Amino acid sequence: MTAMQPGEQRDEVEMLSLMLLIRRFEERASQQYQAQKIGGFCHLYIGQEAVVTGAVAAVRDDDYIITAYRDHAHALARSTSANACMAELFGKATGCSRGLGGSMHFFDRNNHMYGGHAIVAAHVPLAVGMAFAIKYRGEDRVTLCFFGDGAINQGAFHEALNLAALYKLPIVFICENNLFAMGTSVKRSTSLKQIVDRAEGYDIPGEIVDGMNFREVRDKIAEIVDSIRKESHPAFLEVRTYRYRGHSMSDPASYRTKEELEKYRLDDPITRLRAQLTREGKLTNEQFDLLDKRAKETVLAAVKFAEKSPQLPIEKLFDYTYVDGAVAAGVSPAKSGESAAGTAAISEERR
Amino acid sequence: MREITYRQALNEALAEELERDPDVFLMGEEVAEYQGAYKVSHGLLQRFGPTRVIDTPISENGFAGLGVGAAMVGLRPIIEFMTFSFSLVAFDQVVNNAPNMFTMSGGQFNIAVTFRGPNGPAHQLGATHSHATENFYASVPGLKVCTPATPRDAKGLLKTAVRDDNPVLVLEAELLYSSKGMVEPPDEELLIPLGKADVKREGSDVSVICYAQTVPLALKVASQLEEEDISAEIVDLRSIKPLDEKAIFDSVAKTHRVVIVEQDHPFCGVGAEVCYRIQKNIFDALDAPIIRVSQEDVPMPYNERLEHAVLPNAEKLIAAVKQVCYA
Repeated sequence: MTAMQPGEQRDEVEMLSLMLLIRRFEERASQQYQAQKIGGFCHLYIGQEAVVTGAVAAVRDDDYIITAYRDHAHALARSTSANACMAELFGKATGCSRGLGGSMHFFDRNNHMYGGHAIVAAHVPLAVGMAFAIKYRGEDRVTLCFFGDGAINQGAFHEALNLAALYKLPIVFICENNLFAMGTSVKRSTSLKQIVDRAEGYDIPGEIVDGMNFREVRDKIAEIVDSIRKESHPAFLEVRTYRYRGHSMSDPASYRTKEELEKYRLDDPITRLRAQLTREGKLTNEQFDLLDKRAKETVLAAVKFAEKSPQLPIEKLFDYTYVDGAVAAGVSPAKSGESAAGTAAISEERR
Repeated sequence: MREITYRQALNEALAEELERDPDVFLMGEEVAEYQGAYKVSHGLLQRFGPTRVIDTPISENGFAGLGVGAAMVGLRPIIEFMTFSFSLVAFDQVVNNAPNMFTMSGGQFNIAVTFRGPNGPAHQLGATHSHATENFYASVPGLKVCTPATPRDAKGLLKTAVRDDNPVLVLEAELLYSSKGMVEPPDEELLIPLGKADVKREGSDVSVICYAQTVPLALKVASQLEEEDISAEIVDLRSIKPLDEKAIFDSVAKTHRVVIVEQDHPFCGVGAEVCYRIQKNIFDALDAPIIRVSQEDVPMPYNERLEHAVLPNAEKLIAAVKQVCYA
């Protein structure tokens, strides 16, 4: 993705290409997870692609974005390479968090992607802090804070919204409402008829948008961000979307019907943007096939890259706890470096 | 040098760091308009204005998280907890977000935040308001924890904490806010490194290892013991993490007898760690088993007499010293 000029819109074919990359990346991640190349938890974004793609298409590259644990797409959308993303899933040193974060903790400082946060709603106050810093420094950036429908009943979410409204901070709270917090439907978790009404309680303007429609998401966020840049304030957007897969790889999603899933699949965000572009004469079938082929190739290459990448050496284990290294913990660096036999040995040695 | 209170020392540290670095700001409940619940931030709003000294609603999780987020993009927030008992509401931010970010991001995001405020039992505040949190927080990799006991240490450690690139907790001692001590004049830069203990009184018969509110207690007891011909060396840890092993071992090698007096609970308390490290490293230097004096293992009662019985106190400390000295 190239840097955008003010007022310029990102090329829609390029954004469709990004959605394809996200889709193919997630499908391949799912396969590699089943092949036990990926450990821990793995939450897939398939079905929700138009949300983050529409969002990044509406903002500048130096605006801040931060999200929850379903974060692979947010990194890819911020130009983190598929190689670095796949390598992170494989736990490799070449990963976007050096293999120390894993699926739920993708970070990319250079591309202003601030995580990847796995405690539900705990990152919403962080996003408010980032927006606070923008205002403190008198910048015209905006923070986009993504979270799921499960986050809106956590205390951290409510405290964060209140602070953002109180201090009039430049932040868009983007609720990716995919109807389920793990296996609990919004109807069973939330007392409100619609999630956007949460914003009203904090005097924050809120709107609803169709998350399966790239253009609608992009245009709505562009409009909100434009208003925020003119005069700093928080905003709330409920984006109605759907995840095709279970909550995580271990979830068969038996809490919903096949019919419901099929209904949303028919409204697929990629198919929809493709149809719009084709209808307008901006994309041929051949061009689409080529984009898809490229996405698949990029992802396959990423798997190869991840496979052959090195792991972080065990001697480096203590280098990422304190900025000033092992010394900070009262350990002599030579001592912890000496024993590379395993973490247990190091742990004992450093005492 | 001049004599000032612990409270004034902290106030000077805050003012000097706010003055020095525009990325530093102070945020918390009642820090601005009210001038600080314990008046530690007195006058700072007037001097630095409302963009640098910021009142919050009662939302510890929210504003602690705000501090961590602001640090992710390069600011150096000082977050005040009215007491560390209230930091438990923000435990997730202090434990899950602040120290994990540097690791989880593969070293991309360091969190240069300072969390500060009074910690430990004060006087008849009951169980919810009397927590000594140093052992919880010191057990978390990625956090640094210091516990100043004198005005000079309070100023020097707080200033160092603000400049540290990691999350640092400055656990102040509520009962010591009005205590006085000699501190360098304001035009002399005072920085006390984290992880350096301080021998507050030299002695030869027993090492009394202490920190925070137990330091004045240990010093008082040392004077009493002197009358009974027991010479106690008072080692003030000043920092719980990093822990100054060398200072501890040097003292123990000299006295061969150890009492640890701590303000937290006995089970998995700070003293347990110190004790482990002593026996692991200089077992042969010991002439007697180490004894720990801590709070009793109960939630803090309100009743004054019972509270006194729960706290580490002079009677318990004297008895412990006599026991290790076989006196």
